[in-house]
Amino acid sequence: MRPLQQKSPWCWELAAENEMRVPAVIYADAPLIDAMDEKVLEQTANVARLPGIVQASYAMPDAHWGYGFPIGGVAAFDAAAGGVVSAGGVGFDISCGVRSLLTGVSASDVEPLRERLAEALFRAVPAGLGSTGTIRLHGREMEAMLAGGARWALGQGFGNEADLLRTEERGCMAGARPEYVSAQAKKRQRDEMGTLGSGNHYLEVQRITDIHDAEAAAAFGLRVGEVVISIHCGSRGLGHQIGTEYLREMVLAAADFGIKLPDRELACAPINSPLGQRYLGAMRAGINCALANRQIITHLTREAVRDILPGASLELLYDVSHNTCKQERHRVEGRERELYVHRKGATRAFGPGHSELPPEYRAVGQPVIIGGSMGTSSWILAGTRESESLAFSSACHGAGRAMSRHAATRRWRGAGVVDELARRGIVIRSPSLRGVAEEAPGAYKDVSAVVEAADHAGLARKVARLEPMVCIKG
Amino acid sequence: MSGDRAWSHFRHQADVGICGEGATPEQAFANAAIAMTAVITAPQRVRPEQPVSLHCTAPDLELLLVDFLNAIVYEMATRHMLFSRFDLSIRDGRLDAIAWGEALDPQRHQPAVEVKGASYTELEVSHENGHWTARCVVDV
Repeated sequence: MRPLQQKSPWCWELAAENEMRVPAVIYADAPLIDAMDEKVLEQTANVARLPGIVQASYAMPDAHWGYGFPIGGVAAFDAAAGGVVSAGGVGFDISCGVRSLLTGVSASDVEPLRERLAEALFRAVPAGLGSTGTIRLHGREMEAMLAGGARWALGQGFGNEADLLRTEERGCMAGARPEYVSAQAKKRQRDEMGTLGSGNHYLEVQRITDIHDAEAAAAFGLRVGEVVISIHCGSRGLGHQIGTEYLREMVLAAADFGIKLPDRELACAPINSPLGQRYLGAMRAGINCALANRQIITHLTREAVRDILPGASLELLYDVSHNTCKQERHRVEGRERELYVHRKGATRAFGPGHSELPPEYRAVGQPVIIGGSMGTSSWILAGTRESESLAFSSACHGAGRAMSRHAATRRWRGAGVVDELARRGIVIRSPSLRGVAEEAPGAYKDVSAVVEAADHAGLARKVARLEPMVCIKG
Repeated sequence: MSGDRAWSHFRHQADVGICGEGATPEQAFANAAIAMTAVITAPQRVRPEQPVSLHCTAPDLELLLVDFLNAIVYEMATRHMLFSRFDLSIRDGRLDAIAWGEALDPQRHQPAVEVKGASYTELEVSHENGHWTARCVVDV
């Protein structure tokens, strides 16, 4: 593979070669490029070979080696040009995402309550492998949840209308087809609603340390010294099973569609094929499952915190999803086109004026919530107008791992990580110390470098920096 | 392969590669499944007390490996169990297995992470000089 061409300090390109239909573009600064696994470029270039891809195959500044697509990959496809939808391009954890709740409470008031908060949240929100919620879904209720998403959750008493206005798709992904979700996937989800999961999923109490954009921060309700609570999780077992089943079906069907897969994990089907349509219907149901799950956890969080922080507003700032394929209209070379935008470990980042945004955010752009690791910062960014031409209005989603789980457990012990973070004032609760070691802050890239690159590249602009005070780690 | 174990993990940046080896494809598959359990907990902590039957068919051995691992993932998720022993046979693209395990006990097993699914990344089933290797990356 030829070397990358540097187009600007924050943009690198591999021109289309051989079977690539479009260039591969990576947004990052030189140190991030140097630290990136070589598989990122290979995978970004492989995505560029898929039928119907439009403009370029993109990788965000936090990109790392994924399955088929890099994590941090963005690609848009035109159905009318033979474009495809890829189960691998969405991934196993459909609509894994983050939401943040404003509290309006100052960090100094929360400081002495960290242990109580940690205990209450750890008790209230089931976390870790095998944890189950109190909700049992079967039959019609399961179908209703898959069709209704966070709106369904509201009907069950979990939240309020204002929450929906600040959730992508107003909390309910249109076009969901629960009948295309298998009985196995539904069975896997029957007792997992309202659970955090494991791995990099978390619930964090965070302090706002810096404001970089006063206008956007004011619109978002962010003030230095106040506390927000962020929730990172996805569609749990249901999404995993949908991913598993459709990935297999697309691997087997690719040859029938005349699609040559550079990597089996890029398994895909034409959007305008029965398989493509079935996957889209099931995947959208998976998105609704994730939105409902985060809505239920929001309710559990509010219940747990109410007595400890009676003055907290716990108003939803916004809810973003990372692993999705969404039908969106974008301008490409001066013409508006309807595209299927895959974001695999990337955040949608609509700029100011976008009609999808709630009125109170329309002047400043969409909140883009970037998760860090237990010991480092998280960020709130805002979508920019130029992000549409740069990467179909997309930005990074997190720090991205710098080290494998195996390497992390060789370097750190869970109890040591908990103690070290406690010395820094960060209270950790987790069902698994090994899990804590695998998720040690040092195993991740410097999230601030990722955010700087996204800001300089114009994908999104910095609004506020957050630091963890309490972390419930799944 | 670390030490003389018949299973091992290999590096993947965000997730974990699993590898099983053996004199037959059945042994390699069984050891790959133990490697997958080791992503979650130490396999020796899981008592092989309760049997669960698994059946898969696939057009080739590599797809069969992914199907087998995903069948285990599904049983772990829906039965809330972990498995540490696998007896299996493979014939004409069909795999029949008994997975032996026990109910998940978070205190005793200290599960580190949930396996979401087995992927086609770095997927390989190969044999050389009568020695079989079965490997892929699992998403956690």
